[in-house]
Amino acid sequence: MVAIDIDRVSKSFRKYTNREIATIKDLFVMGIFRKDTFETETFWALRDVSFNIENGKMIGIIGSNGSGKSTLLKLLAGIMGPTSGSIRVKGRVSALIELGAGFHPELSGRENIFINGIILGLSKKEIKDRFDGIVKFAGLEDFIDSPVKTYSSGMYMRLGFAIAINVDPDILLIDEILAVGDEEFQHKCLNKINDFKRKGKTLVFVSHDLGSIERLCDEVVWIEDGVLKARGLPRMVIDSYTGYVASFEEERAFENHQSALEGAKRESPNRWGTREIEITNVRLTDGDKKEKYLFEYGEPIEIILSYKTKRKIEDPVFGIGIFRDDGVCVFGTNTAIDGFSISAVEGEGNVIFSIDRSNLVEGSYLLDVAIHKRDGQPYDYQSRLYSFVMRSKIKDVGIYRPDHDWLITSKEG
Amino acid sequence: MFSGILEVFKFRVLIQTLVLRELKSRYRGSVLGFLWSFLNPLFLMGVYTLVFSVYLKNPMEGYPAFLFCGLLPWLWFSTSIIHGAASIRGGGHLIKKVVFPAEILPVVAVLSNMINFLLSLPILLIFLLSYKITITMNVLFFPFLLIIQFILTSGLAFFLSAMNVHLKDVEQIINNLLMLLFFLTPILYPVTFIPEKYRGFFLILNPLFPLMTSYQDILFNGRLPDIKGLGYLLIISVLIFLIGYNVFNRFRDTFAEEV
Repeated sequence: MVAIDIDRVSKSFRKYTNREIATIKDLFVMGIFRKDTFETETFWALRDVSFNIENGKMIGIIGSNGSGKSTLLKLLAGIMGPTSGSIRVKGRVSALIELGAGFHPELSGRENIFINGIILGLSKKEIKDRFDGIVKFAGLEDFIDSPVKTYSSGMYMRLGFAIAINVDPDILLIDEILAVGDEEFQHKCLNKINDFKRKGKTLVFVSHDLGSIERLCDEVVWIEDGVLKARGLPRMVIDSYTGYVASFEEERAFENHQSALEGAKRESPNRWGTREIEITNVRLTDGDKKEKYLFEYGEPIEIILSYKTKRKIEDPVFGIGIFRDDGVCVFGTNTAIDGFSISAVEGEGNVIFSIDRSNLVEGSYLLDVAIHKRDGQPYDYQSRLYSFVMRSKIKDVGIYRPDHDWLITSKEG
Repeated sequence: MFSGILEVFKFRVLIQTLVLRELKSRYRGSVLGFLWSFLNPLFLMGVYTLVFSVYLKNPMEGYPAFLFCGLLPWLWFSTSIIHGAASIRGGGHLIKKVVFPAEILPVVAVLSNMINFLLSLPILLIFLLSYKITITMNVLFFPFLLIIQFILTSGLAFFLSAMNVHLKDVEQIINNLLMLLFFLTPILYPVTFIPEKYRGFFLILNPLFPLMTSYQDILFNGRLPDIKGLGYLLIISVLIFLIGYNVFNRFRDTFAEEV
């Protein structure tokens, strides 16, 4: 049986522009009773989205920020109506979109449980019956008669969650709120969610935490730019989503580099030296000579420095330094340290520094490139102007990932 | 239309809860607490009595009692309008985050101030009695006035709260208009102060005019209110309510997106 049927749903918002109704006169000229007086440019948060959710299933909704996930959830909850299309929902819906909506800071936790419960659609009797359970779930037995304004933000959220989840709906909508509270409380929440699943209730879960989505959900829906991109088994949809995010990141890393090159041309405190020989271009490529600034763990990296001299330069030293984005030096070397001696360069040319295996853990890295005299006097020093991103499926920590193995033995006898 | 009004009735538990929340939270934490609903009007009455009775030598007998008859309903009206107009904007956390019938918010503003008004009636009674004013059967009109004022104020609150969502200036405009209205309505002075030839004109223009004079008639003057004026007021109030609720309904969909 279908619990939620979403049929060609679109939702537009008014884009916030500088108010074009400048004076009250304008307002009356345009007609105060006409709705379109207040409408301007529209922005489509959702476009022609259709899918349905079967009874007793847990569905995860993923997508980048601003993709329309939360809008969809609000439409499902009935907080807003769709601009076009229809949504049919069978059963009582409870939406965990904001916890503690309607809490009044001056009133006690006890009073607020009643108010919030009524707002969420419970009757007084239902609240009375569930009161002790709510307080216990929130772990607020000792504070229930203190004003809510004295609560920590964690206590506040816990109370809100405890009330909302005790509404006992047929369909529960959850918006990114499992990050509430400490480990113990999160376990309680997960238990409650599993309880819901066992009872055959329908859940819709919006989150950026792909791990939880994969663990909890039966199916995943991916929404991007307001359009339904994919729907299916969690592993499958999550993989195509992460692939998409990666290509997006790659593009951004590329753009970052272009603007860094532009920046280097202007005077910058990050660049100094006599410029008798100059670094005119910096490019990063992988093993196949493809220019890129986002590397997978283990991929080869080549750093290509282009130089140009004003006169013949004797005995130049080329150097590079790799830094983590917090400033820790990962590695630094130059041609002199590595025992190369370059007698002289003139005109234009390239210097290529290549790494066969980039054993760096996931993160952003900054680059120093330099040409200087053997005694260290800089011709052209460009510090932390360029950057690249490492990505890895392995979530280890630190900076450098040595090739390694584990061997576990136990002593016989 | 009427199903909408029935809807409001359906949410009476919610309304009741929110009105209670409003009243409880208003004075919670202040030392004098609930006494403020007596002290605020008493203070205003003191100031006006000083200015009008002492400085301007208004010879009227029992002026403080007279003043109260109009001032207390006026306070209910003006605070309801101010709170009501701000109610949708101020209730953003409810309208945006939970499924919530928006029309409840202006109604709650009017109702909670009405209860405040009712609770301040004992001081009115004390003043009437201390100035030896006899309470007549005409007091029986009181519930009727109450209902009319509720309809009128709610209608305005619906309209203004919806407008205020899109045009924040409404809150400012209201403050100024209320001031104007306060002095144009016979509250500080009896209706006889207005030259007779203008009275009819003001009565038509300002629905609070017949309302306030009726309160004064039944409580202070101990006589029948102007029935024709009241009839006119009732019609105007219902009309304002219908228009206000309609405008509110028309803009309802935009609330969750705009506040």
